[in-house]
This record gives sequence, structure tokens and C-alpha cells, in this order.
Amino acid sequence: MLEFILARYNYWIVIVLMMTGLYIVFSRGNLVKTLIGLNLFQTSVFIFYITVGKVLGGTAPILIEDKKDKDHHGDAEKSAHGAGDGHGGAHHGDDHATSASEAPTGMINETTGAHIASPTDVLAVAETLAAQTVDGEYRPITTSEEVAGHLEMPALDAQAILEAGDHGSGAAGHSASVAGADVAEILYSNPLPHVLILTAIVVGVATTSVGLSIAVRIREAYGTVEQDALEAMDNADDTAELAS
Amino acid sequence: MLMDDLPVLPIVLPLIAAPICLLLPNTRAAGLWATLVAWVSLYLCTQLLGVIVATGTVEYGLGGWASPLGIVYRVDLAGAMVMTLVAAMASVTFPYAIESARDEIVPSQTSAFFAMFLIVFSGLMGVVATGDAFNVFVFLEISSLSTYTLVALGAKRDRRALTAAFTYLVLGTLGATFFVIGLGLLYQVTGTLNMIDIHERLQGVDNKVVRAGYAFIITGLALKLAMFPLHRWLPAAYTYAPSAVTAFLASTSTKVAIYAMLRFLFTVFGFSFGFAEVALDFFLVLGLVGMFAASLIAIFRKDVKMILAYSSVAQIGYMLLGISFGTPDGVAAALVHVVNHAAMKACLFLAVGAVFFSLGSHRLSAYKGLAKTMPITCGAFLIGGLSLVGVPLTAGFVSKWVLIQAAFDSVLAVPTLMIVFMIVASSLLAVAYVGRIAWAMLLEDPPAGVTAKPLPALMIAPMLLMAGVNLYLGISADGLVDLARAAADTLLDTGLGFGGAR
Amino acid sequence: MFSHVSPEFALVASLIVPLIGMSAVALLDRAPNLREAASITTGVITLFFTLTIFTAVAGGARPAVDVVEMLPGLSIAFKVEPLGAMFGLIASGLWVVNTFYSIGYMRGHGAHSQTRFYMSFCVAISAALGIAYSGNLLTFFLFYEALTLSTFPLVTHERDEAAKGGGRIYLGILMGTSIGLLLPGVIWVYALTGTTDFVLGGVLSDVFVNMPLVFGIILALFAWGTAKAALMPFHPWLPNAMVAPTPVSAFLHAVAVVKAGVFGVLKVTVYTFGAANVASSGAGEIILYVAAASILIASFIAMTQDNLKARLAYSTVSQLSYITLGAMLATKYGILGGGTQIAAHALGKMTLFMCAGAIATAHHKKYISDMRGLGRVMPYTFIAYIIGACSIIGIPPMAGTWPKFLLMMGSVETGDLILIAALILSSLLNIVYLLPPAVRAFMDPHTEERASGIQEAPALCLVPAWLTAIGTVILFFMMGDVIAFLEPLVEGL
Repeated sequence: MLEFILARYNYWIVIVLMMTGLYIVFSRGNLVKTLIGLNLFQTSVFIFYITVGKVLGGTAPILIEDKKDKDHHGDAEKSAHGAGDGHGGAHHGDDHATSASEAPTGMINETTGAHIASPTDVLAVAETLAAQTVDGEYRPITTSEEVAGHLEMPALDAQAILEAGDHGSGAAGHSASVAGADVAEILYSNPLPHVLILTAIVVGVATTSVGLSIAVRIREAYGTVEQDALEAMDNADDTAELAS
Repeated sequence: MLMDDLPVLPIVLPLIAAPICLLLPNTRAAGLWATLVAWVSLYLCTQLLGVIVATGTVEYGLGGWASPLGIVYRVDLAGAMVMTLVAAMASVTFPYAIESARDEIVPSQTSAFFAMFLIVFSGLMGVVATGDAFNVFVFLEISSLSTYTLVALGAKRDRRALTAAFTYLVLGTLGATFFVIGLGLLYQVTGTLNMIDIHERLQGVDNKVVRAGYAFIITGLALKLAMFPLHRWLPAAYTYAPSAVTAFLASTSTKVAIYAMLRFLFTVFGFSFGFAEVALDFFLVLGLVGMFAASLIAIFRKDVKMILAYSSVAQIGYMLLGISFGTPDGVAAALVHVVNHAAMKACLFLAVGAVFFSLGSHRLSAYKGLAKTMPITCGAFLIGGLSLVGVPLTAGFVSKWVLIQAAFDSVLAVPTLMIVFMIVASSLLAVAYVGRIAWAMLLEDPPAGVTAKPLPALMIAPMLLMAGVNLYLGISADGLVDLARAAADTLLDTGLGFGGAR
Repeated sequence: MFSHVSPEFALVASLIVPLIGMSAVALLDRAPNLREAASITTGVITLFFTLTIFTAVAGGARPAVDVVEMLPGLSIAFKVEPLGAMFGLIASGLWVVNTFYSIGYMRGHGAHSQTRFYMSFCVAISAALGIAYSGNLLTFFLFYEALTLSTFPLVTHERDEAAKGGGRIYLGILMGTSIGLLLPGVIWVYALTGTTDFVLGGVLSDVFVNMPLVFGIILALFAWGTAKAALMPFHPWLPNAMVAPTPVSAFLHAVAVVKAGVFGVLKVTVYTFGAANVASSGAGEIILYVAAASILIASFIAMTQDNLKARLAYSTVSQLSYITLGAMLATKYGILGGGTQIAAHALGKMTLFMCAGAIATAHHKKYISDMRGLGRVMPYTFIAYIIGACSIIGIPPMAGTWPKFLLMMGSVETGDLILIAALILSSLLNIVYLLPPAVRAFMDPHTEERASGIQEAPALCLVPAWLTAIGTVILFFMMGDVIAFLEPLVEGL
């Protein structure tokens, strides 16, 4: 149980941050504090996305030409599923989804001999795996290389990999195209969540600045940024208007 | 070829035009520029609608990058409908805004006002057009951020616009963040952001992560579309925003959120996802409760804009109700109401803006004897009001007719008749609040010594146009209803190989 | 004389002419005499067109006009059948009479906002004719609502608190029931059959056979949804509408509005549900007894009213339920009884109201207890009153005799003793509450000092009352023709 909790410590951080942020937003107070709460709330989401994107032992998704480097990055992995790692690092979800969508047809089962009965099995395995691993690293829960490893799934043939690439998102395509080559052994973190979160950060900054500037205008118009006082003044405006 | 880029042009055009707008020296120039852009966009949208009606859903890879790599824009029939609606509303409200902005906005800010307007417009169009889930978030925030600013610009006439904008900002951001959390969870499971791919990979998958993602996304969007009881931001924002902004927002922003909701409910998750029904049940109950609660609140408000704002919350209940039936007819009814409600609320809020322009108030007491002092505005308001109530020959009647018909045709847990009675009972509440305004306008005498500032033609024309649209949609409802049916069929589609009513 | 105009043209013209009249009235705001002339002219022209339609329908024509189709099977369309032609003729004919009366009454009272008064009247008559000539349920519903809305300013004409309160109840009940019950009923019919058209024999026969419960529910939705028929418990709007000036009560709340309601009930019975189905439906039977109870209860309430107009209003509630009763009997005699009652009651009750208004104009008396001995002061008014009362009670040679006779026949036919008893008892009650005011007016001594001699109401008030009083007598002798005219309604029964 303790292990189960500890293995997900990053998620706990996310949840604690999120709840703190929400609490600050909802507990009445200063408009600026509300915005801080909002920021905290958003930050928790950023961390959540980073968690999603992190691959165990993965490096920043920059194309590395030097093949020697691969030893540093691939050390933790077993050779049995090297190819799977190669592209899985970039778009780990893809394998899983591919198998999920194709499992019912029995194609994966036939070609790979892996005993995946249904997509839910995959997830169940993923969860048990995650529960077993307690190793101070960032760990995504449902990374499929682990699933594949656990089920001793042999390397997917090039066809399957390309197919995975086809279905994948932008970043996936890149590594899929080189998956068959040696470079594949370099393990990358998934770049897409990083890109997404960059966008989200920009949105967050914009929101904060708009919010702050409105707060400034409120202070100019009302002389306060305390919500209770503002509400009282608004109500006074309302009754004054009714009286006139 | 220009026409090949149809799905993206109506979004890009206003986005590029917005900074140019900022450079224009005065209200008139900026307003005319914005109007021109809106009209061109409307033209493009109608072309797009034509193409989609003829050939079906259109896909467009942004920047020439095809589906798995690039961001894909995917406009289905319902999307084209909503895009055309948004463009049409922009085309109507932008010229109106020229005169009303002079009155209601600090002169130095009017160029920025129209720039913001264009960005909202662009953002709303983007939400509809994109086929990429994360892109929905981006566009949602583009439109929301500029909306907060627009609402805050009402501060020249009433400082409460600022607090309203701030509340809207906080709640809107919460909604958007919920949405992003949901997306993250979905991404974790599927590893893609393309809506169609997500859908394919979610086939048969039903676990806690997907369910959590579903709940987060639906809740986030529900906040954006002001589903009761997540509507707290809406009444104040609508009431204190500048008139033209209210007219535009009331007729588009919640509608676009409804469409985004439809997209996620049906295109992304679909019926194969058993958990979906939980949301539909929620919509059913909250839709009904919202119809009543919001209408009841509306009856006791003394500010016409506030009354109409609460009425909007109630009307969103109708749309959610239609969606909750989970049948093509129900969704079609919701889509019909999306369009019709936009028409009636635009008409009403434009009339309210005209009264505000002439008499400087949107209190109910200012509406006394309006039939004598401002007969044209009063007429437009009455048509909009009758449409809201659902009198035959107006758009509102068609909405109610198809909705009730869909209710009779669907098999639901709650006895159908019960739902039908609640629909009609809530329209009685609409009679009550519209009746109060009508009473003041028609049967009371204008207060002595009040002179109405004459209305410029640029404000009268859009108002009458919308009143005419209400009548047109009420009399010749065929086209819209057929279109909505076809759109609903595509949404709940058969063509993608899933679906079927529950 | 009427063959020069095609009935289709007359149909459209009869709906549009009052609206043109309304504009004329509005334009002539500042010239009261011209304004009243415009009203009367409009009335006469409209009467001409409704007569044209009436004669055409009597000749077997069924003029029809389709205006616009909103959705497949859902359109605004007109189609005249005998019942509607008769109702249209009564409404427009009595409107002319009432316009003269209104002029006398409104001027006699020095009333304010007379222009709005006449304008609303014009819209109301157009709406009433729209109801009469409607070709499907949707058109019926549309004009039904229009009638409610256009009469609302008339009900609240006095603008005081009483008028506002009455107006609220008026609008609340009429709109509430029509949107809350009638509209779902209409949509349900459409959902089940894909049409809202009026077809002789009804469109719901399949539904009746397969889903009798649904049939019953829809029937109930219509019976109570058409609250203008004042079937209990949705009757309070009618007594509350009495805050209106008397011409409004006389014409709208004895003729146009209430008859639009019962006309609707009768019409859907014959043309949507099918009389044969209703006759054998359990729901019809329940409504039948509710109508019988309405007749008696309203009569009892009428006895307790001291305000003459209120007493007449409850009498109307009671009399309207005769028609609902006839419709729900749904036999040949039942429907004919209901149809003739529309005509007979209109004339009789309008006479009574106009007399009440004449008394109010001449002596400002509203309460029966104040009218003692007044008969000697205004004998012509009270004689007209007695004629009207006798017609309502059903004493020959007044028109009210026939409907009661036919309804009795219908009840005997079905062998329902309770109904027969109710009808007889109600006639007795009519005598008890309608005649005493007039009798006392002649027999009792003056309650106050008053210059002797005759002080009659203005001629413009008195003459119309006499016209309708004489009308009841004429109708008594013409009833055979009316029944023959309505015969197509009961084909095959």
C-alpha cells in the first residue's frame, strides 16, 4: 500500500497543488490572491502533463546523431524489447492503442504471439507493473514498453511500427520513421506534452495578465480589491439604481 | 487554390485582421474593417457549408501536414452550421457595434475593442473547425481571454462590468483548466490528440482514467456553456458588457461551447462508451432544473438585460435536454435551438442595446411606454420576445415543436409526458418574464420628460434584420430542420461505423 | 348577391379587413367620429365576407386556403366547414351590433384610450375568425393565442389594481392551459399521425384502437387545454375578466372568446378525435360528467353573486359546459345540441350583458341589490333582459329552447339518467338566478329617492340589446335551417 502511494508521488503533488489552488480560488478574499490560486491550479496541470510526457530514462527529445550516446540512455532497458523502446519512448501510448484497436482482430496475437486477451488486460498489467516499481524516477503509469516487456512481446515488425506512426501525433511520426534504424535505441521523453504545456503556460500567463489588469482597473474604480467590499459596493449600486 | 483552404480561412482571416484593426485611427474605420472581415468570413462560411452539404465532412491539414503529423481541421455539417451562425452573428453585430461603441466605450479604446471582437470571432470559429482536441482548448482560451476584456470594457458605463469580467475570468479559466486535465488523461490513454484517432483508440476502452478524463472534459465545457448550476459567471457578464458584446456573446459563445460538447460527446467518445450515459442523465436532470430555476430567477429581476441573461441560462437547458435524449432527433432539436436561440437572443439584446443607447438604461422601469417613444425597437423586441416564448410563426416555436416531438419519440427513463410538461411549464415562465417587459412597454405610460435619443440607421437595420430572421425561421423552418437532422446524423454517425441511439 | 366574390377571397379578406380596419382606427386617433365610422365600416365589410362564406358553405362548398407550410405536415391553412362558418357569421354579425353598443357605452362613460380599445377589438375579431376558419390544429392554436393576447388589453382597460389582478388571472389561466396542455396535445397528435389537419371522422382512429389510454390523455389535454371553454376547474378567468368594460364582456366573454373555446372542443371532437371514438371513449365519459358538474356548480355559484356581471359570468361558465357536454356525448343530437347552443347562447347572453351595461351607463348600478324598482325607470332595458334570460333558461319561443331539447334527446339516447337530471335541474337553477333581478326591478319599490319618469340608457346602448333580443326569437323559428346547415358535421353518426 505504501509502495502504491509512493510510486505515484508525483501525482500526489499534482493533486495537492490542484486542491490548494482551488481552495485559494474559492475561499473568499483578495482578487490578487484569487489569481495566485488560479495560477497554482494551472501549475498543477503543467506538472501533470510533464508527468505524462516523461519516459523512464528518456532524454530531451532532441535528435542525437552520435550513436555512442545510446549506451547512456538505453542502459536501463532490456534487449528483448529494444525496438519497442525505440519508438515507444516517443509515443508509448501508440503501441498500446494500436494493440488495443487491433487486438480484437487477433492480428497482434498472431504475428507476435503475445498473450494479450483484451485491451483491459494491458492496462491491468500496466497498473500492477507500476505498483511493483519503486525507484525514485519519474514514472508514467501506462507506458507500453513496460507492458510489452512484461508480456515479453517481441519487437513489432516494421509494418506495425509504421502503422503506429501513422496513427500517432506529430512527434511520433518522427521517431517512427527512424525506428527501424539504429538510432531507435535512443530513448526520448515524449515531446508532445512538453509542447502542449508550453502552449498552456502561454495561455496561463495571458490569463494572469488579463486578470491582473482587470484587478488594477477594479482598484481604480472601486478603491479596493477585497471581494467582500466589492460585493457590498455592487449591492449598494444596485439598490441605488432601484431607488432612482 | 483559395477554395481548398476554406475550412481554415474564416479563422485565419479575422486573426490576421485583428492587429490591423488596432492600427486604424477611429471607431468608424475600425468598425468598418471588422465588419468587412466578418462579411467575407460569412461568405466563406456559406461556401464551406455548401461544400459540406454537397460532399460531406471536410478535412484540412494545417500547413499541409496530413493527419497523424499535423493539426487537422475537420468540419462536419453541424460544425459548418455553427460556423455560419457565428459569422452571421458577427456580420450583424459588428456594424451595430460601431454606433453603440461610440456611446459605450472610451474613445481611445474603440480600435482595441474591435480588434478584440475579431479575436473572439476567430477563436469561436477555431473551436468549431478544429479536429484536434488540444486545439479546441487553445481556441477556447483565445476567445475567452478576449471576451473577458470585452466584458471589462463595459466599465465606462457601469463599473460592475469589471467585477463581472473578473468572475468570468476566474470561472472560465477553471473550466478551461478542467478541460485540459481531461485532455491530458485522454492523451495518457490514447497517445493522440486527433479527435478521430482518440475515438478509434477509445473503442471498447473503459477504465477509471478514461472516465476521469470524460468527467473533467464535460465539466469544463459545461462551465464554458453555462450549464446550470455552473452558470454563475453568465448573468453578470451579459448584463454589464457593452450592448453589442452581449448580443454577440449571447448568440455565439455558449452555442460554440455546446457544439464542442456535442463533438466530445459523440465524435470523440461516442455511444460505445457506456459511461457516456451518465453525462446524458446529468444533462437531462440539470437541463430541466436549469430551465425552471433560471426562468424563475428571471421573473423577479428588475433589469431587462439580467432577465434575458437568466433566460439564456434557461434556454441552454433546452439544448442540453435535446442532447440528453441521445437520439438524432434530440440532437437535431438542440441544433435547431442553437440557431433559433441565437437569432432570438441577438434580436432581443440588440433591441436592449438600442434602448440603452436612446434612454441610457436597461432597467425595467426605463421600458415604460416604449411602444410610444421607440416603436421600432419595441416591435423588434416584441418579435424576439414572442419567439422566446415560442409563439407560432416565430423561430422559438419551431424549436419547441421539434424538441417536444423528439421527446415524444425518444424512450427515456423519466416518463416522456413528464418531460414534455416540464418543457411547456418552463415556457410559461418565459411568458411571465417576457410578459412583464411587454406590459411595461405596451400598457404603461412613458415617464414624463423623457426624450429618446434618435437611433442611427446602423443600429436599427441589424435589429430589424434579426427580427425578420426570427419570423423567417418561424415560417420557413424546413431548411433549418432538415439541415439540423442531417447534421445530427453525421454527429451521431453511422458513417464512422459506430453510434446508434441508446 | 354573394356569388360575385369567390369564397376563397372572402376567406382571406375576412381575416385581413379587420386588420386594415385596425390601422384605420389607429390613424384616426384624433377624430373620434371618423374613428367610430371606420370601426363600423370594417364590421360591415367583414360581415359581408363572412356571409359570403356562410352561403358558400351552405351550398356545399368548402373553401380552403393554404398560407405557408413550415414543416412537412405542419402549416398555416384555412378550411371552412359548417360549424366554423356559423361561428364566423355569429362573431362578425354580433361584432357590428356590439360596435354600436360600444360607442354608446364608451362615450356614455367618457372612457379613456378608446382608440386602443377599438384597435384591440379589430385584432380580436380577426383572431376569432381565424379560429373559426382554421384548417388544422396549428392554425387553430395560433389564432387561439392571438385572441388571448389581443383581448388582454381590453380586459385590463381600466388600468387599476383590480384590472391588473383580473388581467393576470385571465392571461395566466388562458396562456397557461393553452401552452401547458393544448400545445403538447397538438404536438402529440402530430407526433402520432404526422398531420394536424382537421378531417371529418378524425385522424386518431388508429390511436384509439391501439392506445386508448393515449387517446384519452390527448382528449383531456384538449378539453382542459382549451380553457376558453371554461370547463371547471379552469373557469376562474371568466369571472375575473368581468373587470373589463361591459362591451368587452358582452361581446368577447359571451361570444367571441368563450365560443372560440367551445367551438374548439366541438371541432376537435368531430374533426380530430372523431365523434364515434369520443362517444365510446372512457375519457370522454369522465369529461362528460365534469361538464355536467360544471353546469350545476357554476349555477349554484351564480346564485350567490350580487354583482350582475359576475352572475352572468358564472351563468356563462354553466352554459358553456352544455356545449362541452354535447361534444363529449358525441352523438348526433349531442353535437347538434352543442352547435346550436353556440348560436343561441351567444344571442341570449349578449342581450343580458348589454342590458347590464345599459343599467351601468344610465344609473351606475352594478349590484343586483341596488336595482330594485329600477324596472319602472328603464322598462325597455329590463324587458330586453327578460327576453334574453328566457332564451338562456330555454323557454319558447326563444332560441335557447332548441339546444336544451337536443341535448336532452342526446342524453335520453344514451340513457344516462344522471345527465338528464342535471340538465333539468340546471334549467330550474337558471330561472332562480336569472329572472329575480328583473322581477324585483319591476315589483319592488325604489330603494332611494329618485325623480319619477323614464330614464333610459342611451339609444346606442338600448337598440343593440333589443336587436339581439329579437334575434333570439327569430333564431327560434329558424332553428330548423341551422340544424340542416350543421347536418354535415354528424354525417354517419
